[in-house]
Amino acid sequence: MIELTTDTLDPEKVTASVRRDTNGSVVTFLGTTRDNFEGKKVLTLEYEAFDEMALKKLEEVRQELMAEFGLEQVAISHRIGTVGIGEISLVVAVGSPHRKDGFAACHQAVDRIKEVVPIWKKEVYEDGSRWVACEDHEFSHQDSGQDLGQSAAESHTH
Amino acid sequence: MELNVRLFALYRERAGRSIVPVVVPDGATVADLTDEMRRRFPNLAPPEVNIVVAVNTDYADASVVLQPGDDVCLIPPVSGG
Repeated sequence: MIELTTDTLDPEKVTASVRRDTNGSVVTFLGTTRDNFEGKKVLTLEYEAFDEMALKKLEEVRQELMAEFGLEQVAISHRIGTVGIGEISLVVAVGSPHRKDGFAACHQAVDRIKEVVPIWKKEVYEDGSRWVACEDHEFSHQDSGQDLGQSAAESHTH
Repeated sequence: MELNVRLFALYRERAGRSIVPVVVPDGATVADLTDEMRRRFPNLAPPEVNIVVAVNTDYADASVVLQPGDDVCLIPPVSGG
């Protein structure tokens, strides 16, 4: 299951989608929106996606993980649009026969999503706003990691 | 050929629009296109920063030759999650 939605995310639903009687483990990651950046109060977050490509890249990440870890149940749901503080912006759920693969696959899924999926978040402050990974240090961490799509863009909300 | 280049997030805001029609010569590469976009919008990205491009919803190297009808998008550093 892959999903991009402006609706509130339902981690129970995403988690339930990867449960199987043949699995002994379900690992679910929730990304939640943080209320501060370098001492500044964040009022809300605005997520924007290049929808067609984001869905395609999310599915590629899912397929990569299933192949690498020999899994069949990986679900990813990402919220876009305006997301309030403390809300869930990302759910990744991995069902696996054994826990070790589940933890590793879930960790890798989140890392890959942050590297390659064309989704952007803007933090809105009382006195302005900032596109995360772009305007904090003017792309200072970006190099030409184009074969993977993006360099390891830093993230300030998780 | 003329391509309608799509912009997202920071690039969209800096260019002040989400679609920019750009005329490039036949045989132009992704690098030629980003050069043209920098010329049109000098504040798009710092000169030392590589502007990442997606062609037909896949990341494309600077050497990729553009074709008429290609869906070309400029992708600022991503920050999902």
